[in-house]
Amino acid sequence: MPDLLARESSPALLVEVDERLARAELRRQIGRLERELSALLAEGFGRVAVEHRVEAVVAEPRVLDLGELERLRDELAERVADARGTLREQERIEVDNQELLRRMIAAPADYKWVRVSRDDLGLPGCGHWHSRPRLGPIGMLMGWWRVKVSSGCPLAGRLAAVEQ
Amino acid sequence: MIAMGSAKPQIGWDPSPEQGWVAPHLATEFPGLGIAWIEVDARPGRSPGPVRQRLRGLSDRFYGAQVIRLREQPIPWAYRVFFRQIGLDPDRTRTPIEQLAFDRLHDGAFKSHGLPADALNVATIETGVALRAFDADRLEGRLCIRDSGPGEGMPGRPGELAQGTLIVADERRPVGLLFGETAEGYAAEAESRRLSVVAIQVNGVPQIAVAEALWMAAATLR
Repeated sequence: MPDLLARESSPALLVEVDERLARAELRRQIGRLERELSALLAEGFGRVAVEHRVEAVVAEPRVLDLGELERLRDELAERVADARGTLREQERIEVDNQELLRRMIAAPADYKWVRVSRDDLGLPGCGHWHSRPRLGPIGMLMGWWRVKVSSGCPLAGRLAAVEQ
Repeated sequence: MIAMGSAKPQIGWDPSPEQGWVAPHLATEFPGLGIAWIEVDARPGRSPGPVRQRLRGLSDRFYGAQVIRLREQPIPWAYRVFFRQIGLDPDRTRTPIEQLAFDRLHDGAFKSHGLPADALNVATIETGVALRAFDADRLEGRLCIRDSGPGEGMPGRPGELAQGTLIVADERRPVGLLFGETAEGYAAEAESRRLSVVAIQVNGVPQIAVAEALWMAAATLR
């Protein structure tokens, strides 16, 4: 046993580890995660805010050591996971809203005054579906409900007229 | 990338970019990192009409959704990744192309800032390549990318640079931080007569894009 202990501390067995390959691999992973995060941010744009910030490791540019690269990689991986979760949750909400809209169109009277916007469905542009009574109060009393579709985004000319 | 060969004397306008060098240990850490430049006789000042018109034309090509998608494109993505790899947050210290896109959305158009800034901006918007300009008469020898040594300082900046800071330097001293501030006296100023348009290349940015960016900026300046 003392022989073994002596051998372990022998300078001949001390191996210098070249960290360059490890750093290169971490940089490659950082590049891949950055691409994924950018894609997820773009996917959520206009639908949901995706948390994508990862704070700077240093104030001024320099070569990062292995530990710093690992921390950066882990933070990026965490952001990617969070972003995926946020988008999955948003997708679930949008699917639920699509189902709500389908049922609302089928039976408007069951969804009185409910309004579903294109935003709620994850669609671009303006507009909404609104369950309203036909002929105002008369329709309300008679139970004549329908889903009214808005006419989309206001035209630039009309917006300018409002501003004037 | 380490480019060998000596700097050529500039007579008039030589449109072939000069290649600088990268400290060997940095070239090992960051394959594809490079620096190239073109010298051009030009005076800083108000941009001529066609340059301002070109900026207006470029403004019409940038929209919010495109800016968000910008970071997925190969060259802007390459700079973003490099910023991450050298410890910067590209959403705070923006890459040159993303800073321009952000300014476009913020200001409603690419505003003219005179020459040489407009020339660099046109080339960066068109190619995505990071450019900067120095007063060529102040530079000595070939440019390089290296890290700062112990006790090294940068003109106009109090104190010493932290050892290992990545810098752009000539054969005498640092002339600017890599993707950061320019040393005092080295920026293109009103009295400059000759400018060095410098491109920083990172892994993933093709050589042809760098050459195109330099030619475009130099041609605009002339």
